[in-house]
Amino acid sequence: MTDMMNQGVAELAQSLARKDFSSVEVTQAFLDRIQLHNNDLNAFVTITGEQALAQAKTADAMRAAGTAGPWTGVPFAHKDIFCTAGVRTACGSRMLDKFIAPYNATVVEKMNAAGMVMLGKTNMDEFAMGSSNETSWYGPVKNPWDRTLVPGGSSGGSASAVAAHLCPAATATDTGGSIRQPAAFCGLTGIKPTYGRISRWGMIAFASSLDQAGVLTRSAEDAAILLQTMSGFDPKDSTSVDLPVPDYLATLDQPLKGLRIGLPKQHFAEGLNPQVEKLIRDALAEFEKQGAILKEVSLDNSHLSVSAYYVIAPAEASANLSRYDGVRYGHRCDKPVDLEDLYKRSRAEGFGAEVKRRIMVGTYALSAGFYDAYYIKAQKIRRLIKDDFDRAFSEVDVIMGPTSPHTAFALGSKHKQKDPVAMYLEDIYTIAVNLAGLPGMSIPAGLLNGLPVGLQIVGRDFSEGQLLNIAHRFQQATDWHTRTPGVGAGTGMKGDH
Amino acid sequence: MALALKDIENIAHLARLQLSEAEKTEALDSITSILSMIDQMQALDTAGVEPLSHGFDASQRLRPDVVTETDQRDTLLKLAPNAAEGLFLVPKVLE
Repeated sequence: MTDMMNQGVAELAQSLARKDFSSVEVTQAFLDRIQLHNNDLNAFVTITGEQALAQAKTADAMRAAGTAGPWTGVPFAHKDIFCTAGVRTACGSRMLDKFIAPYNATVVEKMNAAGMVMLGKTNMDEFAMGSSNETSWYGPVKNPWDRTLVPGGSSGGSASAVAAHLCPAATATDTGGSIRQPAAFCGLTGIKPTYGRISRWGMIAFASSLDQAGVLTRSAEDAAILLQTMSGFDPKDSTSVDLPVPDYLATLDQPLKGLRIGLPKQHFAEGLNPQVEKLIRDALAEFEKQGAILKEVSLDNSHLSVSAYYVIAPAEASANLSRYDGVRYGHRCDKPVDLEDLYKRSRAEGFGAEVKRRIMVGTYALSAGFYDAYYIKAQKIRRLIKDDFDRAFSEVDVIMGPTSPHTAFALGSKHKQKDPVAMYLEDIYTIAVNLAGLPGMSIPAGLLNGLPVGLQIVGRDFSEGQLLNIAHRFQQATDWHTRTPGVGAGTGMKGDH
Repeated sequence: MALALKDIENIAHLARLQLSEAEKTEALDSITSILSMIDQMQALDTAGVEPLSHGFDASQRLRPDVVTETDQRDTLLKLAPNAAEGLFLVPKVLE
């Protein structure tokens, strides 16, 4: 029975098709494993056991009747940012601690339609604002590779859960690096597709021009399966892109001969741990071995990406989060004396420190007299950052480099420190990708002192198929993505079910 | 431009956030630090650059002006912290 816990989405689908075990059996096994490890890891904030078993039962019935799809009955988890009808959707916030979503996000509908089984909802930084999963109202998540370390954020619960084999895959979202950085810290494959590829409908908004859904898995093949299931045009999201979704699985094996890989010199500069750089260079050599060509490129304005982001994202957040007013849904303070008191105290009690800080930065940047100096300036820099990528992509097919300058850092080492900027600089290599709307991936590229290091791959608009192909070819030639942390009383993955 | 405590109070008011005295001081320090990081932008000359509000300059799609939503008043009111007789309840606004 332990073996099923080590299978990914593709393998589980095959096992279910062969009737090695039923969906009910594998769902129960994962629920048991969650029960065993979640108290410590804090990766799940809601476990939907009863519903999961009911979904699994339906999946088994479909399989018996011959109406099952390829992924029917495979369990997974949703980041708690996606609205799930009838299930609490808290987004890591006290504000939504009692919020039972009245409808399903489009992503949730699509997973349901595929017959996949939701095990529960995963922990996250509050409103996805954080890079360590320490801003969650539900407490920090631990990194299964070393429980004194953060799993990364904001999709830290999803990353911890997949890395600890509490589920084979999980949905996630990425506004500035929230899929790629946790993927790097937890040794996972994570993909943030092009802005507009996956519907944002029912995905609780942080910064609407940057937010994009994606997945965390243990292989590129599994990422392809989930991305395929989640992607596509949605009339309910006005920024959803009306383009056909290519068959990502069909192109996974294409040879990489002649692939031109750009290495931004700014991503191999001061600040990068030299041992991380060495592992990244080793990974790049593997691509060269497969016939790819490496070429230095320059993203001249990348040093301003964090600055521009911390205007644009908080500005959008301050507008998006104005909906939490204590009137229609969400937290409401006790005994408000008047309407203003109701707003101010409900919001003060419902939001955590980091969320309040970003709302205030955004409010300031958008306020009269400062709008041009901050918001318009940041949008101009956004244009220059996009132009840098366009220039690079006229010379190369993809861009690669480290996902993060270092491996996972210690819980408490950056959060609640006096200066929040240290945490913001965590996303130094990932943030520009969101500003430009491009697809980005992180894949395991090695271990440094027993901790995973991630390789970032960035492509042109709508090149998800190519990114997955590149990642898959790398994973066929290396085994970094198969390395797992030992979870459970030091007995490793095998014996601790 | 250096922020003062009264600027923090004004921002917090605009954002409808009640802050304790300790929170105001903390906000002054952290927001000052964030703004100094943001101000690195000012060193770059961006004259003549068009602002970009969306990764690939797309504009908002329009749909036919027809009703697509169904009446969900009761479902949505159930989420409200305080509602009665089909209405959201708030403290008295008019004397």
